[in-house]
Amino acid sequence: MEIKKPKIKSMRYDDFKNNEYLEAMLKELNAHGTNVVVGCLDELINWGRSNSLWPFTFATSCCGIEFMAMCAARYDVARFGFEITRNSPRQADVILVSGTITNKMAPVLKRLYDQMADPKYVIAVGGCAVSGGPFKKSYHVVKGVDKVLPVDVYVPGCPPRPEAMLYGMMQLQRKVKVEKFLGGINHQVSKKEYARLMERDLNAERDELNVEQEKD
Amino acid sequence: MDLKAKILSLVPEAVYNDRGDGMWTIPAGKFHDFAVAIRNEKELKFDFLRSLTGMDWGEEGLGVVYHLESTEYGHQLVVRTLTADRVNSSLPSVCDVWKAAEFNEREVFDYFGICFVNHPDMRRLYLRDDWVGHPLRKDYDDSEDINPLRMSNEVAKDDVESFDLQPDGSIIEHRKVLFDNDEYVINIGPQHPATHGVLRFRVSIEGEFIKKLDVHCGYIHRGIEKMCESLTYPQTLALTDRLDYLSAMQSRHALCMCIEKGLGVEVSDRVKYIRTIMDELQRIDSHILFFSCLCQDLGATSAFLYGFRDREKILDIFEETCGGRLILNYNTIGGVQADIHPNFVHRVKEFIPYMRRNIQEYHDVFTGNVIAQHRLKGVGVLSREDAISFGATGGTGRASGWACDVRKRIPYGVYDKVDFKEILYTDGDSFARYMVRMDEIMESLNIVEQLIDNIPAGDFQLKMKPVIRIPEGSYYAAVEASRGEFGVFIESHGDKNPYRLKFRSTGLPLVSCMDTICRGGKIADLIAIGGTLDYIIPDIDR
Amino acid sequence: MFDFSIVTSWIHGFLTSVMPVELAVFIECVAIGVCLLLAYAVIAIIMIFMERKVCAAFQCRLGPVRVGPWGTLQLFADVFKMLIKEIVTIRHADKFLYNLAPYIVILSSILAFACIPVNKGMEILDFNVGVFFLMAASSIGIVGVLLAGWSSNNKYSLIGAMRSGAQMISYELSVGLSILTIVVLTDTMQFSEIVERQADGWFIFKGHFPAVIAFIIYLIAGNAEVNRGPFDLPEAESELTAGYHTEYSGMHFGLFYVAEFVNLFIVSAIAATIFLGGWMPLHIPGLDGFNQVMDYIPGFVWFFAKALFVVWLLMWIKWTFPRLRIDQILTLEWKYLIPIGLFNLLLMVVCVVFGWHF
Repeated sequence: MEIKKPKIKSMRYDDFKNNEYLEAMLKELNAHGTNVVVGCLDELINWGRSNSLWPFTFATSCCGIEFMAMCAARYDVARFGFEITRNSPRQADVILVSGTITNKMAPVLKRLYDQMADPKYVIAVGGCAVSGGPFKKSYHVVKGVDKVLPVDVYVPGCPPRPEAMLYGMMQLQRKVKVEKFLGGINHQVSKKEYARLMERDLNAERDELNVEQEKD
Repeated sequence: MDLKAKILSLVPEAVYNDRGDGMWTIPAGKFHDFAVAIRNEKELKFDFLRSLTGMDWGEEGLGVVYHLESTEYGHQLVVRTLTADRVNSSLPSVCDVWKAAEFNEREVFDYFGICFVNHPDMRRLYLRDDWVGHPLRKDYDDSEDINPLRMSNEVAKDDVESFDLQPDGSIIEHRKVLFDNDEYVINIGPQHPATHGVLRFRVSIEGEFIKKLDVHCGYIHRGIEKMCESLTYPQTLALTDRLDYLSAMQSRHALCMCIEKGLGVEVSDRVKYIRTIMDELQRIDSHILFFSCLCQDLGATSAFLYGFRDREKILDIFEETCGGRLILNYNTIGGVQADIHPNFVHRVKEFIPYMRRNIQEYHDVFTGNVIAQHRLKGVGVLSREDAISFGATGGTGRASGWACDVRKRIPYGVYDKVDFKEILYTDGDSFARYMVRMDEIMESLNIVEQLIDNIPAGDFQLKMKPVIRIPEGSYYAAVEASRGEFGVFIESHGDKNPYRLKFRSTGLPLVSCMDTICRGGKIADLIAIGGTLDYIIPDIDR
Repeated sequence: MFDFSIVTSWIHGFLTSVMPVELAVFIECVAIGVCLLLAYAVIAIIMIFMERKVCAAFQCRLGPVRVGPWGTLQLFADVFKMLIKEIVTIRHADKFLYNLAPYIVILSSILAFACIPVNKGMEILDFNVGVFFLMAASSIGIVGVLLAGWSSNNKYSLIGAMRSGAQMISYELSVGLSILTIVVLTDTMQFSEIVERQADGWFIFKGHFPAVIAFIIYLIAGNAEVNRGPFDLPEAESELTAGYHTEYSGMHFGLFYVAEFVNLFIVSAIAATIFLGGWMPLHIPGLDGFNQVMDYIPGFVWFFAKALFVVWLLMWIKWTFPRLRIDQILTLEWKYLIPIGLFNLLLMVVCVVFGWHF
């Protein structure tokens, strides 16, 4: 089956720099037998989802100011429809992790991510979120937010320009457009794992959830 | 008045060391009485604790360095006290003398493990309670096994430890209750749209009224001071932009000034002019962002966008010369990174009348609005004595009537050649804090206007040695950052790395006075107060 | 003037000729229900889009422009996304009440929406105590909000719900008083009658002084009633994250979101109906030629123009002013608006008794 190229308005497919990654992802999904973007309904829903990614207001340091500048009048993220930033994690779609994540903040971030409703995405914005950035040598900094959360798009920079962040959002849009929605490969954990976690949550006492992350 | 003689008369065993800025050593047993004396005696009146720095002097022991100043007379003093016991270190607390000491001593406990006797709340300030070790000690082991990334949620404690000195000289630890069982405690933060960063408050409320507020910092503690001890002096410059990112120019200016003071070099006039102009532009940028964020917190979202629109003009000017919008990397030791762009003067001259018109628009949209005035007037009053005691400098201090502007007290750059007013209000409420900053934008525009046409010709960078070593001693330099006095304290043992580098935070005093001024107010007032105090969290946590 | 009752009576006649009356009525009810829900959804989409574009215009930016021509398809994308979002189960929440709350809010909103006359003959609920029914139905929404806050088992939600409940209950009074002022002027509570009686001039002109005061009080109180504008403290985004609907996700949150905007439209539509003439064109008594020209424009165009004008006015207020604190909101109501409203009512009664109106 021919790989469908996700279209972004007013940007050419070849202008994006990660086409090999996308195509490899599609090939892998195809190889596993999951047909990617089958019918009209899938496309319609994916169109809806990719154009309506509501960010979560989360910013720890300097990159947060550039995020605010992106929402302001000059760069205007509202053109894409992303200006509705929700403060409650349950109503947000994408968390733009802007700024350094420290050891003290990591469990809080994981908790916020867990509270978000599926389908959810993570964009690591700025050097600190990508790999620890200028603070790699520190004793209290998590060297990259992907040690805590599964990241979909990395936007490097210190801080990245608002245009770079918009580019990152467009990359996420492309990724959303090729995901198969109906059929359920959308959750970040497998169905069995999800059922197990739900079972554990519903039956645990309050303090039992305050445990160290189990190493599998 | 001979300060030296006065001190020797109070504490005959005091020893003076004149390397660098000079420092007095006071024995720990006499320190508390000495502190009370210098605070209250009529010719001393050292009521402003500028900076409290914990130090690890190796075999000599662990101790604390105090930088003090008198608001009445203007004289300054640097004292230290230490304890040789590295296992059960304890020093007397001075938080009953200067309220600023409360949070600073918690920070020293966190970094060095020194317990302060008679401190009401001896908890760690930045790190988790289950952290093993004290990071800034020279013998700290930072391997991943001892302190792995702990993903368990922190349990909120409702009572705290406190060490009290008994009359017979022994020290007893007992627990003080922070929140009773039947208090309604809500948690604000760390992820919260209004706290300008990641700061956590636990607030005990009764209906809408705040009874008590407990601040938890450290969610953006990046260990910058420890990192600097293993970096060379030019490398340390890179991190200052990321502390208070809206005073990036000014923070880096302070660090460069301190290193240049230690080296004994004097920068050229051109560099001084450029640094001053850039500082003032940064100040305007920061105050516009203060206005925008305050308006958004109070609900007037359009004003937020108007502010950002104007801020983009300054960012364009910065970007042309420095290459960056937020993180500027401009000042270097001995000068600036690159000469100003040919368009710089012209663009700044265009910007000044534009901004003057737009400030009028801000006043029309927000300041004169009856709702805004009711939300801000009379809310969160900080008295002058409290401001001095907490060390709350910057716009906050000036709104309470304390003339704390470093540009006037200890002029640097070319501030002594420029004619500008120091904006003072006496009400101390949120509206005064707001108006101080709006008026300061106008003053900054005046300063830039006076300087922009007169930049002298010259070099933009002095020739420095490839490896920079500062002679032994301790040095302190301060600038008026957008939020207050930003100081840099370097203690050098002659190496190419600083032995200890401390940044005197502008935001820590502001956050420590939150409890005092929020009590009795409403939750909505907490937001207005936090917005007008104008702290930036990475600056608090460093 | 095009009378919609021609269409409705034709349909009724057609159906009753083919089937028994009860079945015909039943089919008509179902059809009306479907139309009502469709209209509700369409109005919601128009309102949210208008909000985003108007907000962008005030803030010197563009708003949604990429999704569809001029951004018109943006809302449909949002709707699709909302439909497929996971509905999170809260562990310790009161599940029945938690799931019920959004539906109560929507129910009250739809009931109020059904009262509005859009064109001559195009009303769904038209009792002779229409005004009274409207005020009663819109009060049901308060229950939904309080339930949402309480059953979420979250301190923030509870605070938001308490604030919202106090605010909405207080401002109901002012809304009622200002509507009563006009009822005194027209001595009828039936909506279609109220509009008919504005054929020779809208009430805001006929009632001059007291009617203008009543209009202003109604706008302020209506704004507060639907938690919009300077009175949106209960869901103050920069204070309590999201207030009473913090714990709702997916379609439940979608229902709250939609209800807020349609409530805004309802408030504006009622203002347009009662004060500005509803679907009645602008008639100046004495200028018959002018009146005839005005009559060519269909009623629903007049209605939507007026309602959307009031909506725009309320959005302008929201995007300009900062937020009031809860005690200031309640002070405004109890110490200022209610005494003024009562005095205004008295003034209107005096005007009516002495015939000092147009």
